[in-house]
Amino acid sequence: MQQKDAFIANLGRIYGIYTGAFLGFVIVLAILEQLGVPNRIIGYLFVFLTIGVYAGIGILSRTTIVSEYYVAGRRVPAFYNGMATAADWMSAASFIGMAGSLYALGYDGLAFVLGWTGGYVLVAVLIAPYLRKFGAYTVPDFLAARYGGNVARLIGVIILFTCSLVYLMGQLTGTGVIASRLLDIPKEAGIFVGLVGILVCSMLGGMRAVTWTQVAQYIVLIIAYLIPVILLSAQMTGVPIPELMYGQILQRITELEQQFGGPGGYLEGVKAHVEPFTNYDPLNFFALILSLMIGTASLPHVIMRFFTTPSVREARKSVGWALLFIFILYFTAPAYAAFAKLEIFENVLGKDISTLEAVKQLPGWVFLYGKIGLVTVCGEAAASADALFRACQAAGVDTLNYANFGIHKDVVVIATPEIAGLPYVIAGLVAAGGLAAALSTADGLLLAMANALSHDIYYKMIDHTASTRRRLTVARVLLIAVALLGAYLAIAAPAGILTFVAWAFSLAASGLFPALVLGVLWKRCNSQGAIAGMIAGFGVALFYIVATRFYGMPKWFGVNNISAALFGMPVAFLVTWVVSKMTPEPSREMQEFVEALRIPRGEVLMEDARKAE
Amino acid sequence: MPSPGQMTEYWARSRNLMITVLVLWFFFGFFIHFFVKALNQISFLGFPLGFYMAAQGSLIAFVAIIFWYAHRQNKIDEEFGVAED
Repeated sequence: MQQKDAFIANLGRIYGIYTGAFLGFVIVLAILEQLGVPNRIIGYLFVFLTIGVYAGIGILSRTTIVSEYYVAGRRVPAFYNGMATAADWMSAASFIGMAGSLYALGYDGLAFVLGWTGGYVLVAVLIAPYLRKFGAYTVPDFLAARYGGNVARLIGVIILFTCSLVYLMGQLTGTGVIASRLLDIPKEAGIFVGLVGILVCSMLGGMRAVTWTQVAQYIVLIIAYLIPVILLSAQMTGVPIPELMYGQILQRITELEQQFGGPGGYLEGVKAHVEPFTNYDPLNFFALILSLMIGTASLPHVIMRFFTTPSVREARKSVGWALLFIFILYFTAPAYAAFAKLEIFENVLGKDISTLEAVKQLPGWVFLYGKIGLVTVCGEAAASADALFRACQAAGVDTLNYANFGIHKDVVVIATPEIAGLPYVIAGLVAAGGLAAALSTADGLLLAMANALSHDIYYKMIDHTASTRRRLTVARVLLIAVALLGAYLAIAAPAGILTFVAWAFSLAASGLFPALVLGVLWKRCNSQGAIAGMIAGFGVALFYIVATRFYGMPKWFGVNNISAALFGMPVAFLVTWVVSKMTPEPSREMQEFVEALRIPRGEVLMEDARKAE
Repeated sequence: MPSPGQMTEYWARSRNLMITVLVLWFFFGFFIHFFVKALNQISFLGFPLGFYMAAQGSLIAFVAIIFWYAHRQNKIDEEFGVAED
């Protein structure tokens, strides 16, 4: 206890030293690179030293106390919980994929930026303070207490599990791809390297270990995200503040689009970058924002982070810190997209490729990423100058134009170091950042699922007399089981599985949001109403996704299935309301329970948690 | 513990704050972007304003709203004596 408090008191110094050490490590690797150490060794050092540090934190944070395992002893200060939440939240898709989506979609891609940040306003006012006051260990804990027991708990677990599992598969695939690129091993082996890192972090110390690892991972990922684009901005505009400077880059992109976007121009067919609603119509744009925002406020692995703060007041503030730390990455992503687009418009597209000599003048990164199939020209991977030249000659193309140039969205972030002509160590840094983003999210998801199984299913529904030791052993065994299941599915699943991740938001928003919010705001909401609402909302969203995706059902009002929450959530609210009104009102005790939730003062309401503390 | 009357008053005040925040959330999350085409005619820091609001402006507003909410709600808690010690 004494020791732990000393740790909390010294957090600033500990993480300050850690940040300095990480920067020093990058500088040492840069020097080693200059001395001629091969890139492959640098890649290995990046992977094994960062994973080693995360694992070390995991081992140091091991615990045998139940409340430490499930909610980190509720001692995580708002600022650090904000950092951990940011790492928990930002996945491989945010780190690597989002800038690429913005590159491809222009303004319309900003629906993701808005949706994945605005949801935190809802977390702050509707979710976090009340669930923290309740003192839950898991989200289903709250559903069970408010809605009369194990039926609500079981439905909560099913929704949690469905949403988290697809999300986890996405993270494990991301981990595998990055580790395999850095280590030059097959993707499947890369997944298992990541898995070891994840398990060592979370298994011994549960939430406590995951919290302090995620803070460390946030520091790595944000440094890795900012450094390349700051250097690129300094090169292209003379000012190292990309977020401010890309306004003028956008102007140049718009000029080029107007000049060369007409018939016969090399940008023919291009969609104006800053022009709204060229990819999504307004209905789909706003429906997507709404689905992502509500989904953010309903995903259990995010909500449970706010159970770890020392007080309700800290929980509210912590949401603000979390969004601030997320904001730093999300408001930089559109800058990445703009810089990459200008580079491609100015130095790649419009170039003469009628002779092999001319093709060799193209920037080197085109062939570097063409080699692994991420850049295609004239329908073929641009593996080398020869290959590109042959493909385009066969297609009768003399000028490289917009229509016959293809780029994978991940390239935008990964290739920035090469575009800026930076040394390999920066490319390694970006990969280490992507790895940190994927691992930190996988940690949180894995813990959310394993806790739902060990706490909600095993302890609450199967053996309520299990000893502390037995509960923690079961939790650890289940953690490994879920991790292996996720890895197996990530390897076995087809590549298209990644699109499933976006559906998790709609499923969570439709299944959980109404029950969580009405549980606090509407005293009249009863068990029957909430249970019916959860089933109806989740069912409608799942039906819409499956029917439109796999059975060719026409879209309702033209709404994409990524925004299925637009139908599921209102149905859930409506069903909850109608069924609650048709059935008896909740007991006097339950209404008092809701009143107690609404005021911060007083001890936590969950019985087991009170006993454990 | 506050009296039931005070509790009603406390919840009314908290609820009003909640509604204010949700209105601001709707304004910056949706309403302002309805006018993106008109806003894009205006230049702000070198950005078309409509684009800027979706890429940065609304995000800054979200962060500010949450800290402001936390501060105001805390004030209300203290006023009614229901803040944590």
